[in-house]
Amino acid sequence: MRILETEHLTREFGGVIAVNDVDFHVEKGLVTGLIGPNGAGKTTLFNQITGLDKPTSGSIIFDGKDITGLPAWKISRLGIARTFQNIRLYKELTVVENVMMGLHFRVGQDPFHHRFTQALKSYLFASKENREVYRHAMEWLDFFELGEHAQDFAGSLPYGKQRELEIARALASEPKLLFLDEPAAGMNPAETAHLMDVVRKIRSLGVTVVLIEHDMKLVMNICDNITVLNFGMKIAEGTPNEIKHDKDVIEAYLGREEEE
Amino acid sequence: MLNFFQLILIYAGIYALMAIGQNCITGYTGMLSLCHAGFLCIGSYATAIMCKTFGFSFWLSLPVAAIASGLVGLLIGIPTLRLKGDYLCIATLGLGEIIRNVATNLNPVGYNSVPRANLFGYEFASRNKLSFIILIWAFVLVFYILFQQLAHSRLGRAMIAVREDEVAAQSNGINVTKYKISSFVLGAAVGGIAGCLQTAYTLTVQPGSFTFMVSVMVLCTVVLGGMGNGKAVILGAFIIQFISYFPQLTGLTNIIPAQAKQIIYGLLLIVMMLWRPQGLLGRDKFRYGDPRTRKERLVSFFVRGKAKGGRA
Repeated sequence: MRILETEHLTREFGGVIAVNDVDFHVEKGLVTGLIGPNGAGKTTLFNQITGLDKPTSGSIIFDGKDITGLPAWKISRLGIARTFQNIRLYKELTVVENVMMGLHFRVGQDPFHHRFTQALKSYLFASKENREVYRHAMEWLDFFELGEHAQDFAGSLPYGKQRELEIARALASEPKLLFLDEPAAGMNPAETAHLMDVVRKIRSLGVTVVLIEHDMKLVMNICDNITVLNFGMKIAEGTPNEIKHDKDVIEAYLGREEEE
Repeated sequence: MLNFFQLILIYAGIYALMAIGQNCITGYTGMLSLCHAGFLCIGSYATAIMCKTFGFSFWLSLPVAAIASGLVGLLIGIPTLRLKGDYLCIATLGLGEIIRNVATNLNPVGYNSVPRANLFGYEFASRNKLSFIILIWAFVLVFYILFQQLAHSRLGRAMIAVREDEVAAQSNGINVTKYKISSFVLGAAVGGIAGCLQTAYTLTVQPGSFTFMVSVMVLCTVVLGGMGNGKAVILGAFIIQFISYFPQLTGLTNIIPAQAKQIIYGLLLIVMMLWRPQGLLGRDKFRYGDPRTRKERLVSFFVRGKAKGGRA
């Protein structure tokens, strides 16, 4: 079953076509890799889907709903969470507070489900709500083995842990679909290995994962499906094995052999 | 001498109120706004018009001042709050000037002899400064508590997220625009209340008193105390007012010209930015991630060494 589908998705920046007529789809419950050389439009595609940027044309269907052009916060509430290529943590807040921000719309719902009464309730009983959110956040930190750092400032964590914290924050909103933008960038081999375990753990929670990554070992190891972009166009999709032997993909990465 | 101290207390209270509003806008949500003089102006005019022209009581004009100010904040906030940093600063600076100019054109001489406020038959007369000190500081206390609670609530948490990183906040499901506007409107409303109290004290309103300098002083108050720190901005208000009345206090009005304080504010801002950008008391650690109950926090506040929040 497809949880996410884009149809003819196109994004132009002036004369540059960053994403060109891409039909990208994600199977529910699997890990999908999105690869391609630098400037292939991978992050732009992510930004379209998560609402940080609006597509020029085309549509995005998530879980049967058309989410094209919705603002990012609405898309996030529908169940798509993401991390960023250049880590975007709330650096001056503590680790646990970062995760608490991820829980923003998950807690404090009142029995009437009315926005005003909800706001009033969370204002009057802020302390109680804070403790509840704190408890949830700590559960997520323990899941990522970050519990011991709970009271440290997010900016003071080592790089690999910051990446994991960002994933924890994204996952705290209990998304159906999680986008990871180059999660292993700048990680050492040990950290990358740990990240692979983390992604497998997330998959076992039933969350569908899409990741952009340049580390081919990681991609080939943990992805069930791979889509390849080049110059904004989809050039291949399939299982890791199929991708490894695809002529167009090899050409995109290594260049064409001179023909005699 | 005592008279001056009382005057400082009154104006420190009015500025503390404005600073609480500015702190909500700049300290919590991180928007650099420079138009609190405008909100003060709207609050003052609303009160003067309500009390003098329509004969309403002071207590009725108080919510009107807050609502009028908040409404202007809302109207202006919707188009301008999509601007960031310096651009927002310029836009709000313009807003402050527009409000002052509109007020000047509306009534160039302002309003005189606004009816006095009274509470259960007790009339607040300007010469009885003590009654005003109590009145104004009661308001400061109430708004301090209200905004402290705000900072600890879900709304405040979202505002902090917007301050720290807008893009990340969006992808955490936080409606950035909504929280920016809420924060701006709340800050504006408190500014209006400060204007209302000022009018109740001076009983006159003159458009010339809501200059850009007032906005700068309010921003100075917040920066000096510590952005996002409720206690700090009140301390800042005291210091700013003390500087403002320094020549009169020391009887050196002949030697120190009135303009000197503007130089001092400027120097103060520079010095603060260079050596202590976080303000005198520093940024308030909101400590959402503090599992302790209010009682436990209070205990650890008095018993040293337990200050760091442990795990639940």
